[in-house]
Amino acid sequence: MAHLSEASVAKINEICDRYVEEKTPLMMILSAIQEEYGYIPLEVQEIVSERTGISVAEIYGVVTFYSFFSLQPKGKYVVGVCLGTACYVKGAQQVIDKFSELLGIAPGGTTEDGMFTLDALRCIGACGIAPAVTINGKVYPKLKVSDIPGIVEEYRKMEA
Amino acid sequence: MEKIKNFEDLSAKCSVCAEAYGKKIEGGNGKRAVVLCGGTGCISSNSLEIKAKFEKLVEEKGLSNKVTVNQVGCFGFCSQGPFVKIYPEDTLYRLVSIDDVEEIIEKDLIGGEVIERLLYVDPKTQEKIAKQEDIEFYKKQVRISLHGCGAIDPENIEEALGSGAFLGLAKALQMDRQEVINEVLASGLRGRGGGGFPTGRKWQFAYAQPDGDKYVVCNGDEGDPGAFMDRSILEGNPLAVIEGMVIAGYAIGAQNGYFYVRAEYPIAVNRLRLAIKQAEEIGLLGDNILGTDFSFRVHIRLGAGAFVCGEETALLNSIEGQRGMPRPRPPFPAVKGLWGCPTIVNNVETLACVPYVLREGAEKFGQYGTEKSKGTKVFALGGKINNVGLVEIPMGTTLRELIYDIGGGIPDGKEFKAIQTGGPSGGCLTAKDLDSAIDFDTLVAKGSMMGSGGAIVMDEDNCMVDVAKFYMEFICDESCGKCSPCRIGTKRLLELLTKITDGKATMKDLDELEELSKTIQTGSLCALGQTAANPVLSTLNSFRDEYIAHIVDKKCPAKVCKNLMKYEIDAEKCKKCSLCARQCPVNAITGVVGKEPYVIDQDKCIKCGMCVSSCKFKAIEKK
Repeated sequence: MAHLSEASVAKINEICDRYVEEKTPLMMILSAIQEEYGYIPLEVQEIVSERTGISVAEIYGVVTFYSFFSLQPKGKYVVGVCLGTACYVKGAQQVIDKFSELLGIAPGGTTEDGMFTLDALRCIGACGIAPAVTINGKVYPKLKVSDIPGIVEEYRKMEA
Repeated sequence: MEKIKNFEDLSAKCSVCAEAYGKKIEGGNGKRAVVLCGGTGCISSNSLEIKAKFEKLVEEKGLSNKVTVNQVGCFGFCSQGPFVKIYPEDTLYRLVSIDDVEEIIEKDLIGGEVIERLLYVDPKTQEKIAKQEDIEFYKKQVRISLHGCGAIDPENIEEALGSGAFLGLAKALQMDRQEVINEVLASGLRGRGGGGFPTGRKWQFAYAQPDGDKYVVCNGDEGDPGAFMDRSILEGNPLAVIEGMVIAGYAIGAQNGYFYVRAEYPIAVNRLRLAIKQAEEIGLLGDNILGTDFSFRVHIRLGAGAFVCGEETALLNSIEGQRGMPRPRPPFPAVKGLWGCPTIVNNVETLACVPYVLREGAEKFGQYGTEKSKGTKVFALGGKINNVGLVEIPMGTTLRELIYDIGGGIPDGKEFKAIQTGGPSGGCLTAKDLDSAIDFDTLVAKGSMMGSGGAIVMDEDNCMVDVAKFYMEFICDESCGKCSPCRIGTKRLLELLTKITDGKATMKDLDELEELSKTIQTGSLCALGQTAANPVLSTLNSFRDEYIAHIVDKKCPAKVCKNLMKYEIDAEKCKKCSLCARQCPVNAITGVVGKEPYVIDQDKCIKCGMCVSSCKFKAIEKK
């Protein structure tokens, strides 16, 4: 726990206390921490354990079970390619392959500079605009493979 | 808004709201109303920016006292969004972009002229259609679960009250609890989440348990890829689902209800939160609802991205802060559910039907549908179909009507190959099933299932082995790991399917594929495991020849599987422009500009397809 700042520890404790009235608040606590920090490393799980009395083993089990919780920090831009059926039959595989090629990472990976994470998403329910891609929540509808280099370039330029 | 303390208050308030809403759409208040689709699909296509521009321009042009602008829920016709509707004329504009706003205001709102180019064009007659109800897509639909979606502002409880919200609850609260259950039983309502279990019977089981803590849980963990019914209902009319939940709570004697909604649906969650808050503020949730001794509270819990949590016992574990793994049944949740108390778990769409059943009566609900499948069902129509969107049809509608009349057929003149219903747990129906009626039992008899309502259309360009592999990848990834037939079996199935699509399989592998599928079917703990092999069994059943083509002929008939297809340049069509060679990421294409036609080196080609999309002369073919 050495490298967590006091402020972070206080914040995590505050999140745990927020749901003290709830019967089984673990999922709510973890969702809030994931939203606040973008990931839930072991050090943080230990603090949650101390505060709530739930064992670290149990917390770790829950964190690793759900795909929304992450043990690793994500990139600044999270590219999510929907691989729902409607998107898949309209070519989402080629879309994710292209992102993978351009960013040099496999789905689930993060670029070395910490700029991009590529995620394969389960259906986001935007089937009317398939294939769909989200970048930090912004939805790119009816994406064509030929649009992708331009999009990646745009984000890279923003950071240059 | 003042608290609604009793039945008289509610009916008075509903009348006032209904009158106000009637004036809005009929122009009785001397104003014209602009409504925009605020569903996820249209918001992704900038409907919020379009709305903001309307608001800005209406203000700038001094029209504020003549025009109102607000959002409504999903119109359902997602492939034609964003939509803008103008009342009282009831003109529907589609595919509206931000640049069209000025023109709509100038020509229509000020000039009173309909803008023809923004009207829907019937693809068959080429006729321009101004009114929603005249569009073929909507003609065969009946809106019960989707009541209010695309009509009322989901963030304004007054519009919901104006369209009959909470009248079903008022009626229920004036009935005996058993009478409420009898009404739901009489309606023939069956669970819309996939199982098709009679809703009234589920309630009866929970009702029969001794008094004490009981719970109603709404399953909004819509995880089937290609399904977005529940999301659209929660986004379009969240109060209807809340009302259904409160009625269920009254019927079984519960005091608390939990919504379990996917975290992937932020708009739905926010609108649900707001609706709960608004209902609490006016006393329709909380203590002594409508002056009775019935009290009920509603809570929200978010999923965290696990498909298995759509299974009801896994969902309960997730609410309890555990890994979302199914529990063995019995005991069923109605006996021992959330925190060990009697619990009913109903799907979003099921609960959305409940207010209608109470408000309009079981008999009216039963007018729609077939003998054993009453009412309507919402489908998310997607894939290779012209009219992508959300449709609600009476049970018993045929697949042909769904695909060709409502769905508008297959794009680009391609041939219909299959429709996948029920998501990964369902199956494929083919051309020979087109005239089958859509209801719970017929679909099961045809080797598929209703499921939650995803309906993905595939055309001749889709390889069914590849589709089976796609679903198996999904299931493999989402298997919770609790029981070995599902955890290990699906992994082995995926390996076998990969072997087939790579062209490395033998006919013996096909037998093994079938045998293993049946083991998984009979040996898994929960419904998800028991249906995990369905994509394989169902495609094998209808498209065995395609499997054999992959195995024996080493060919993918749909030319999808990369190892079994190649790209070739037709030397006669090639204009020797070199564009493809310049696009090729691995320099597999050679030739001489203007002199020699280009050729693809098959050993180097990675089959990315860049050359095909770059060639302007259609000289490159998949073979």
